[in-house]
Amino acid sequence: MALILTDEQQMLKESAKGFLAEHAPVKEVRNQRDADSETGYDRNLWPKMVEMGWGAILVPEEFGGLEFGNVGMAQITEETGRTLTASPLLSNAIISVSLIKEIGNQNQKSMLLPKIASGELMMTLAIDETSHHNPERVSMIASENGERFILNGTKRFVIDGSTADKLIVVARTNQDSHDKSGITLFIVDKELSGISVERTKMVDGRNSTFISFNDVVVEKEDILGEKHKGFEPLSNVLDIANVHLAAELLGICQETFDRTLQYLKQRKQFGSLIGSFQALQHRAANWWSEIEICKSVVLKALQAFDENDARSSFLASIAKAKLCEIAELSTNEAIQMHGGIGMTDEYEIGFFIKRARPAQMLFGDHNYHVNKFASKCGY
Amino acid sequence: MSDIQVFRKETRDWLESNCPESMRKPMSSADDACWGGRNWVFRSDDQRVWLERMAEKGWTAPEWPSEYGGGGLSKQEAKILREEMKDMKARSPLDSFGIWMIGPALLKFGSEALKRQHLPPIIRGEIRWCQGYSEPNAGSDLAGLQSKAEDMGDHFIANGQKVWTSYGDKADWMFCLLRTDPDAKKQLGISLVLFDMKTKGVTPKPIKLISGSSPFCETFLDNVRVEKDQVVGEVNQGWTVAKYLLTHERAMIGDMGLASVGSKTLGMIASEKVGLTNGLLSDLVLRNEIAKWEIDAMSFSCTAERVRDESKAGQGIGATSAMLKYYGTELNKRRFETLMRIGGSDDLIWEGPISRDGWTSKTWLRTKGNSIEGGTSEVQLNIIAKNILGLG
Repeated sequence: MALILTDEQQMLKESAKGFLAEHAPVKEVRNQRDADSETGYDRNLWPKMVEMGWGAILVPEEFGGLEFGNVGMAQITEETGRTLTASPLLSNAIISVSLIKEIGNQNQKSMLLPKIASGELMMTLAIDETSHHNPERVSMIASENGERFILNGTKRFVIDGSTADKLIVVARTNQDSHDKSGITLFIVDKELSGISVERTKMVDGRNSTFISFNDVVVEKEDILGEKHKGFEPLSNVLDIANVHLAAELLGICQETFDRTLQYLKQRKQFGSLIGSFQALQHRAANWWSEIEICKSVVLKALQAFDENDARSSFLASIAKAKLCEIAELSTNEAIQMHGGIGMTDEYEIGFFIKRARPAQMLFGDHNYHVNKFASKCGY
Repeated sequence: MSDIQVFRKETRDWLESNCPESMRKPMSSADDACWGGRNWVFRSDDQRVWLERMAEKGWTAPEWPSEYGGGGLSKQEAKILREEMKDMKARSPLDSFGIWMIGPALLKFGSEALKRQHLPPIIRGEIRWCQGYSEPNAGSDLAGLQSKAEDMGDHFIANGQKVWTSYGDKADWMFCLLRTDPDAKKQLGISLVLFDMKTKGVTPKPIKLISGSSPFCETFLDNVRVEKDQVVGEVNQGWTVAKYLLTHERAMIGDMGLASVGSKTLGMIASEKVGLTNGLLSDLVLRNEIAKWEIDAMSFSCTAERVRDESKAGQGIGATSAMLKYYGTELNKRRFETLMRIGGSDDLIWEGPISRDGWTSKTWLRTKGNSIEGGTSEVQLNIIAKNILGLG
């Protein structure tokens, strides 16, 4: 497959660009923050995105979806990086849909997928338990009790946890294991007794949540996939999530670069445009080169998932690691090249670094993925 | 089957029956490459046969028009040929500055007579070319070159000194930039001319590098006769041709970032040399360094793929060769710094079997030139800043 977008994917990108410019430009980040939004995103925005069909892009046609693939979806996630648009796209329409699609039974698929596609249902994944992503080390316990399971433990960094109706909870069903085996996924109604949700406002103005489970009772049929065998499909969907985060970071890289380049052509010091100084030209040229490299590796990884390429997991870690590195470069260079004005809250350039870091950290930062890559390579 | 599937199958079958077994093994050193030319001594019969068979089909220059002996393939077909050769691990039948550099310039700017004279022997590997560009006082500032060609009516007489002539002592012909109008503004008085290295007054002298090898020469021009019909493009318009040629050179040098040492990755080499503890490389700092390099190298290789696919689809941003050259050569330098760390004191041995006569250290030293030759990294960054980013 050629490493370029098809006409349909290009059109979707253009329509996302137009939609976001109209409904969710960067100034909305400030509005949400200053309004101390309960949700961390504009509640009226998601129904409009659903109208655009964005909730249905990864949903199979038989469940009311568009089945347009990860390359298509990522054209939107990339554009939301440019506009810093907060929405349940990742938690709901990407992660939850991908997990249910991959391992849900017929009943779960037909009950849940059409509702996510139509905007009636919000779901999210509850996985992390410590300040660093480590999906193998799950200590949340699901103890089997006849036809039921009792959940005990605490999850953190659950994105959109405050607005989700249902959670996909990662828990350990085999208490003797401490690694990949014995992990099971459960679909849990957030209204069940024993669940308490604590909202935490993050550096990007969005919300994340701590969710504690205190003797929460779930049924056997709430298991998503197979008992004890949740890790492998979970890991695959985390890879998909990471590639979409890489696409979002790519949007951030490009937008910070474009804005900074513009500034280099406007700002005068010593009687000259600062863009005429070679010290800044070389840094800008190096930065641009790195972004070109990033565009290729993100597209390659996305295509790998749509084609069930055996190297997809490998490419996901490469893409996330690379984009974490260059998002850090981009957001730092953007502030430095803007100088003093880049440090002010009034100017928008500083919003990008605040969103980039949580997106980098979510589901494994640069170091996590470099380590994972090396281990996959056998060293 | 579609036409393209038929082409793939026929290509594979042809390669299968025509590529000699020994030409399907990775080269053990740069000495295994075939450069051709009047003085070429084939390393083996297989090397000769492989070149002859590929040249016969025009597949040493797959995309060149068949009327000059090229393969006449479309970009898509040429990509298939590359993929099938890669699959079979087939060696390149011919490495050639003729194919990479002067050939494309002749196709774009040369007269019909020049194309007919020079392209067929390039494709067959019969004439080996070298480049006369840099001068002692014209490096990054190439347009400041001073070697001149004086108009003597029916011919030119050239005088001056060129430097960094790759394999100047082994080449048969030179494509050379000379000043033909000393009064014009510096870019406007230059012509690109061709002459035989056997012409009286041409003296190449090898330069020994820090790596110990001498892939470059300085070339003295002392009253050298150059025929008028050997000017590529118009007289005094050589700078346009030269810039086009430099684009090809950048693309070629940039590609070297992808070259691998045999078929082993850095991770594999390090695992053998340094060892593993609980499945992890025993030196964890080195492990991190290698993984970061490999991530960058794979991202770069995706980029080379994307640039090719974009150009095939008629998209693309142009001037990407500067980026590929810059990034590819910096990557290659990093790779060899890491290889030297992996090798430890063994790879600091200059002679003897332990270090294969200092193979790694000599190559490491040679890579330092990658970001200098063909336009320094700083010149590439200037090109990106000015031509792509529009920074004045």
